[in-house]
Amino acid sequence: MPALSFLIWLPLACGVLGAIAGRATRNPRVPALLALVGALGALGLAIGYIAEYGGGGPHSSGLTHVTDVVWIAELGIHYKLGVSGLNVFLVGLTTLLFAAAVLAANLRGAVRGDGAERDPAPDRPWLFWLFLALAESAVLGAFLAQDLALFVAFFDLMLIPFYFLTLMGGPTSRGEREERVKATIKLVIYTLVGSLLMLAAAVATGVLDAQQTGGHITFVLSQLQANPLGRGSQEWIFLCFAAAFLVKMPAFPLHGWMPDGYRAMPLEVLMVFSGVLSKVGAYGFLAIVLPLFPQAAGHFQTLMLIVALLSILYGSAVAFTQRDARLIAGYSSVAQLGFITLGIFALNPQGAQGALLQMVNHGLVVAPLLFILAVLSRRAGGSEDVREMGGIAFRAPVLAALFLIVALATLAMPGSANFVGEFLILLGVFNSKLAIAAIAFAGVVMASVYALRLFIRAMHNRVGSHVDSREISWRDGAVLVPLVAGILFMALYPQLALKRSEGSAKLAVASAQASLRAPATTGAPATTGASASTSASASASASASASVRP
Amino acid sequence: MMLATLKGPPVDFAAISPLIALLAGAAVVLLVGMLGSRRARTQLVPALALVALGAAAGLTIWQWGVEKAVLAGALRVDTLSLTLNLILVAGGAAAVLLGWRSLAAREAAHGEFHALLLTSVAGMSLLGAAENTVSLFLGLELLSIPLYVLCATELRRERSLEAGLKYLIVGSVGSATLLYGLALIYGATGATDFGAISSALAHNNLATDPLTLAGVALCVVGLCFKASVAPFHQWTPDVYEGAPTPVTAFMAVATKAAALGAFLRLFDVALIETHADWGPAVAALAAITIVVGNVGALGQPSLKRMLAYSSVAQAGYMLAGVVVASALGAQATVFYLAVYMFMNLAAFAVILACERGMGSPGAPRGDRQAALRGLAHTRPELAWPMTLAMLGLAGIPATAGFMGKFYLIDAAVTGGYTWLGIVIVIGSMISLGYYLPVIATMWASPEPAEEPQAIESPLPALAGGSPELDQPLAPEGARREPEVTFLALLAAAATLFFGIIPQPLFDLVHGVGGALGLL
Repeated sequence: MPALSFLIWLPLACGVLGAIAGRATRNPRVPALLALVGALGALGLAIGYIAEYGGGGPHSSGLTHVTDVVWIAELGIHYKLGVSGLNVFLVGLTTLLFAAAVLAANLRGAVRGDGAERDPAPDRPWLFWLFLALAESAVLGAFLAQDLALFVAFFDLMLIPFYFLTLMGGPTSRGEREERVKATIKLVIYTLVGSLLMLAAAVATGVLDAQQTGGHITFVLSQLQANPLGRGSQEWIFLCFAAAFLVKMPAFPLHGWMPDGYRAMPLEVLMVFSGVLSKVGAYGFLAIVLPLFPQAAGHFQTLMLIVALLSILYGSAVAFTQRDARLIAGYSSVAQLGFITLGIFALNPQGAQGALLQMVNHGLVVAPLLFILAVLSRRAGGSEDVREMGGIAFRAPVLAALFLIVALATLAMPGSANFVGEFLILLGVFNSKLAIAAIAFAGVVMASVYALRLFIRAMHNRVGSHVDSREISWRDGAVLVPLVAGILFMALYPQLALKRSEGSAKLAVASAQASLRAPATTGAPATTGASASTSASASASASASASVRP
Repeated sequence: MMLATLKGPPVDFAAISPLIALLAGAAVVLLVGMLGSRRARTQLVPALALVALGAAAGLTIWQWGVEKAVLAGALRVDTLSLTLNLILVAGGAAAVLLGWRSLAAREAAHGEFHALLLTSVAGMSLLGAAENTVSLFLGLELLSIPLYVLCATELRRERSLEAGLKYLIVGSVGSATLLYGLALIYGATGATDFGAISSALAHNNLATDPLTLAGVALCVVGLCFKASVAPFHQWTPDVYEGAPTPVTAFMAVATKAAALGAFLRLFDVALIETHADWGPAVAALAAITIVVGNVGALGQPSLKRMLAYSSVAQAGYMLAGVVVASALGAQATVFYLAVYMFMNLAAFAVILACERGMGSPGAPRGDRQAALRGLAHTRPELAWPMTLAMLGLAGIPATAGFMGKFYLIDAAVTGGYTWLGIVIVIGSMISLGYYLPVIATMWASPEPAEEPQAIESPLPALAGGSPELDQPLAPEGARREPEVTFLALLAAAATLFFGIIPQPLFDLVHGVGGALGLL
């Protein structure tokens, strides 16, 4: 496999090339096709990395494909990248969703004026592709970075293209334009506030670590991890990192930017934003916060679990009452990310693995969900209000079937990979905090309520007044079918992710788990898994218990 | 016979050659400005000013690596002064380019305008190299007095005259305060030389002497006026807004560099023994400045005013490097000064372009934010520099601003001022509230603006002024000003370049801490 830098910078290179070629040839198709080449190329590379990562066996946890170059000697910042069991699937997810988004925008651009759909790039198409490519490069960089400062840089950088993408897209009437500008600024300020706190915390981590060891300042994760900070520093630094990641997810009290941001973004942008960016926050907890600040993680475990629990309950409850289809998806994401946080802060391998699996699952589910909702809104005269949709299922069975698969995956139907993920998460929490697990089960029920409500409102019931019941077009199918195939594949074969992530997940939570001083016996998870499997469907529980058995 | 006993100090002409080049350039420019040919006045004078600045830069590079006291210890040529020279010369050259076709240069007469500019650069260079309280004050006045005049060079605009007057009064108060402080320190230590002051403070147990402390306090206040540190910043927004834009750009970039250079030398060298006293005080001032500057910039409709408050805030960030009194801190401050220059020059060049009606056809002229509307769609070569400048000032990765802030926070945390690092971060958060709307104005999907253009008021009567004064302005269409766009693009490219590959800048400032004897 080629070096990781190639994977990261391929989309951006294609984007820049497309921008130059597009300006030179004055043909808007050129940058679009080049962006597609870049996105598909990155997807191909990512699949290659996933296939190769299994080579080390289920217990491999080390970094592979390491690139390590000194970037800024004065500040001890390395350009260090590496593939681990934690990020290899998220890289796959990122490239898949970006490829889908680029394809969707490509196909839509090919049929200008298709319905009342918003055009992704009204006047400067090449900029749209350039920023989308920059976003992909930055997100991949954040996932692959093995240096704290590099991670922070990529983490902050990835927001900027979304700022422009949101600003540029969409209608141009004065009122809507001003609303869009406001929403965008709100989004960026919210998320950058967290990021900047993280910047200070990251610098402090490096400096304090260097003072402790007396050596030269460094930000390389493995070196920072080898020499953890004192407890007091860990705690405030932890809170800064947590603020950054919780805003990005978003988690319950920090989700204020989400409704406006979701409404303002063009569809393709929202697909990747919702599917991928939220995962960077969760990944940051798992790959950076837990290994670097284990004592603080143990100290704040209950707080984080409660935040997660509130996100689940609040997100589910609001998703149930919303009428705007995008916001239903948005609030369901809040709830889903709550589950992921729950799994991470169970601080045991099952929870971490479940969280990791659920990150991939949520990305795979939310992107097609948003896409379907956009398809439906096009058939409902451009309205994104679920009350004005409905009654399409009869005339559009293929669309209904695809939607049903997505909806069932959203509510974590037994048999879906989401079920396995949520099961592992709850199992992990069950082992560490029984009461919280018991309440979190309510979230599983609520998920089925809002997901089914959305499906029934949008597809069944009376036919909406402006609804034009058309079957899905091949263009939309070309985007949707691969994503749904991804869901089905993960449902049939979740071990693919579980096996490869097992070693890394264990390693990520090991020190935090040790700090709790609650030694989890190796027998406990297996027996709990076996007893729980009686109530679960056979195939899913088999895969779950197979993965947690040592 | 009396004269024979007076012996001047040995003069090392090579070491002060950049200074000589600047002052000689000022004299030449002033003379050429009196030529009859209009072409000579409007084209040759700026060209000669650029030559003088280029010569100063070349001589600075020639002196690179030299480290010695010159003129009997009045000045010190070292990495700090040479690096500052480069920044100052770049700022001066930018001002010449921006002022090439400006109203300010025309109304004040080109010769005078450029001579004042060069003298001011020379004063700044002197200030950055001063190793003696007398030369410090001399440099400060030499930089300030031409600036007072330059602020008021748009003779027909009341705001410009007001800015000049305001700057004169407030600046004089600052100078007087500093002078008083320096006098008190002389009274306490009996020395004017920085090294001698430092050793007097160390050996005679003067660090807690009330006379010394009063002097230190007055010095802090005096320099804070010059560096526009809150609460001594009140003049900044009015002067920045009122002064002609080329002069504002020059002030923002160069004055700040010179003032912070003086801060570094005076406090981190001469008064280092009293660090326990001024350290917390200056840290508090830095924190106040960061908050006041960033909050003040919120919601300012005038871009120049917004950048004035932003420059106040940035001065606060840079003071963090002074406060820690370490080699790392000094390097971080100088690094940030260089970075700050690129970002501000890009921003001011774009503002100037919009003031001259080179922005979007539909947008109103002037320095209001509305003047940038739709710029990304009509003039991307201006929108990109402005975008990079704003992102850089906000400290977003992949711009040099991120590196600068990273370095400063690193220095603050290492020096035991973690809380100041967090204040820097909080300030950056607030700053997003005014940098991002600027970007949004440029990039949001355009709409056909139907706002009427600002009506130019008829020229008021005026006594005196240059021969070009009463000639009509060039017609709209003829105003293509490649040098402004070029400067914006160049500065933005540097912002981006040093954000990705900062190593050259790190190498540049590497010796600064060692030069100050802080290791």
